[in-house]
Amino acid sequence: MQTENYLIRKSSLEKLFNNLIGSGKVVYAPKTKSDRTLFDKVQAFGEIAENYIVTTNSAKAVTFPRTEKLFSYHKSKESTEITDAANSAFPDVVLWGTRPCDAAAFIPMTNTFNGEFQDIIYNKRREKLLILSFSCKLSDEYCFCTSVNSGPGNTAGSDILFTKLSDGDYLAEVITEKGQLLVKENSVLFESKPEEAKEPNLAVVAAKFNQQEIQAKLQNLFENPVWDEKSRACLGCGSCSYVCPVCSCFDIQDEAHGNKGTRLRCWDSCGYGLFTMHTSGHNPRNSQGARWRQRILHKFLYMPNKSKVAGCVGCGRCSRSCPADINILETLTFLQEG
Amino acid sequence: MNELIQKAANLLETNSVQVVIGYGNGSANRTRAIFITQSSDCEKLIFDSRCVHNLAVYLTKQEIKNLGKPAIIAPIPVLRSILQLASEKQITENDIVVLGVTPESTLVNFDSFAAIEAYLSTHRIEIEEKYKKTIEIIRSMPVSERFAYWVKELEPCFKCYACRSACPLCYCTRCTVENNQPQWIPVASHSLGNLEWHIMRAMHLAGRCTDCEACYNACPMGIPIHLLTKSMLQDVSENFGTYGPSLDRENTLSSFNPDDKESFIR
Amino acid sequence: MTEFEPKIVAFVCNWCTYAGADLTGTSRIKYAQNVKIIRFPCTGRIDFMLLLKAFGEGADGVIVSGCHPNDCHYTSGNFHARRRWIMFRGLLDLLGIDIRRIQYSWVSAAEGAKWADIVNSTVNTIRELGPYTDYAKVAGYLEKEANNE
Repeated sequence: MQTENYLIRKSSLEKLFNNLIGSGKVVYAPKTKSDRTLFDKVQAFGEIAENYIVTTNSAKAVTFPRTEKLFSYHKSKESTEITDAANSAFPDVVLWGTRPCDAAAFIPMTNTFNGEFQDIIYNKRREKLLILSFSCKLSDEYCFCTSVNSGPGNTAGSDILFTKLSDGDYLAEVITEKGQLLVKENSVLFESKPEEAKEPNLAVVAAKFNQQEIQAKLQNLFENPVWDEKSRACLGCGSCSYVCPVCSCFDIQDEAHGNKGTRLRCWDSCGYGLFTMHTSGHNPRNSQGARWRQRILHKFLYMPNKSKVAGCVGCGRCSRSCPADINILETLTFLQEG
Repeated sequence: MNELIQKAANLLETNSVQVVIGYGNGSANRTRAIFITQSSDCEKLIFDSRCVHNLAVYLTKQEIKNLGKPAIIAPIPVLRSILQLASEKQITENDIVVLGVTPESTLVNFDSFAAIEAYLSTHRIEIEEKYKKTIEIIRSMPVSERFAYWVKELEPCFKCYACRSACPLCYCTRCTVENNQPQWIPVASHSLGNLEWHIMRAMHLAGRCTDCEACYNACPMGIPIHLLTKSMLQDVSENFGTYGPSLDRENTLSSFNPDDKESFIR
Repeated sequence: MTEFEPKIVAFVCNWCTYAGADLTGTSRIKYAQNVKIIRFPCTGRIDFMLLLKAFGEGADGVIVSGCHPNDCHYTSGNFHARRRWIMFRGLLDLLGIDIRRIQYSWVSAAEGAKWADIVNSTVNTIRELGPYTDYAKVAGYLEKEANNE
């Protein structure tokens, strides 16, 4: 579909938001909570945070909830009744205020859940999701979207991308049919495209490394001491995986009460010591260095090999949240240089 | 600071230690833990008010132990953790060299754990007024409201266990949450799972916590879980006398006094 | 409307309170039937989480009872338990978990009457406090019941 460009006034943007709430959709947007900005449900336009680079947590919980019911069961003498969560009614969800990196992250995540096996629940949630992104005017030293095929004004993954222009109104780039539908339903709010160009209104994020070069180098770095060296301070806490918009490792838990129970899918992290512990007691990734290696190789070698798209969008959340200040950009630029 | 750097370099040069665990500059304006194995790198060591990480957490990590005998830069919170680890028999005096550092970055040498305890007796754990006030405010809420408050505070928790990983006293090689025969604490991050995890964490740290706030600093979602551990410290003090690490005193929950007083047992 | 009948779970030690409860029965003392007794070798063995698990499974009140101090069959189990209860009670109170719903007691093997009294008074207290819906909601118990899951 050809991208369509419109102008939307600042006041119309608020009306658009109110229309979404009014139509019964569940809207998630960045909300300020003490000193952090988090993605959370919002009801009023005034709740939406401004002047944030990225939220602390990602928006992935809308398609990959941190705790998700897969099915529940009830055993009786005659039979076992199973209620499949895939048959539930999933609500219409709108993500308002994702950055281009957040939106782009849904692409590798959707790939993960549609490999040899197609995850019905994930796909149903994804289908009901409308992604309204806002391009970046601010960036910091943790951002590296431009090094991983994304950018502060990138449209990949978004249904509509809004860019704030110099006079406070917005350029609206409508990328998908879902986006087009929203415009049609709110046509009075969208005016003909503005004269002002997009680029001067975007943050400048210099490319820090070449993803293809790194991918090539990684093929021969399995036994390199860099992994141990760069991960010495790592606590194996899992924060990086949990705030990452692409990471989708999970654990299956059964919570049973007598003859009834529920099977849940919960977030997990390859950074945990026991993530690859076998029942035999053998752990193929027995050191934190091996686990750091796995993180980098999975995102920058295995995933692009498998589906052409890297498992990282350069949002920098992992490094910002890391209590030990392990910086993924540092490791990647180190790999680039030598 | 120079004295500290010299001492560290000297320890490495004479192979008295094989690694120096200290603070270095990190990304943006942060600091991080650094692990120095070459004496010439000791000039990277820094110490200022940004250095709040509790380095003692690395003393029980296998990857760091594999590097050899460490010297550890230890401001007061780290000293407290070291003393607690020592009282729990997790480290012995021969295992580590402690390079104490004051807030003014001057070196304090310790040749024994007893010396650390003597030093810390003049730097007792003090719960800050602002936390005492917050805890008081919470305690003054009616029960239902208090419960709703905590369920809401704990809602952002997504069970990453960063609080556990950052705590120097959570050194169990297999945490109770990682056993699934039975799965005692739910893995899931629903209200019950979050509540049970934080209750259990606070109880397992009862009387052992040294108030370093590493748990709160590590939490990616900024949940004030340190309020729970601080409140437990207050309870230990009120019920059993002093709190704080000590080589002579056993852990609160591993020991007892036949004369322990309580008012609620019929 | 049927009157609310509290569900009480009692964690008791084998040597004192359980024997004491037995004595209550052999003495033909009638007392409230709302309590389910769970027998432990010693109060020292009672994991603090068990009390919460009871609430999570729908209990409205909990009794924890063992040998008097200095009378523990294993010498010091109840001393450890007492310390644990002091700390746990403080934590629960901070979190807003209703500590009025937990009754701790020392009941010896000779105190049949005391056991009846403990149970009766606990049941009355809980009856006045009502069902523990706050906790049940968080534990998902009510939802499970409602959905017949």
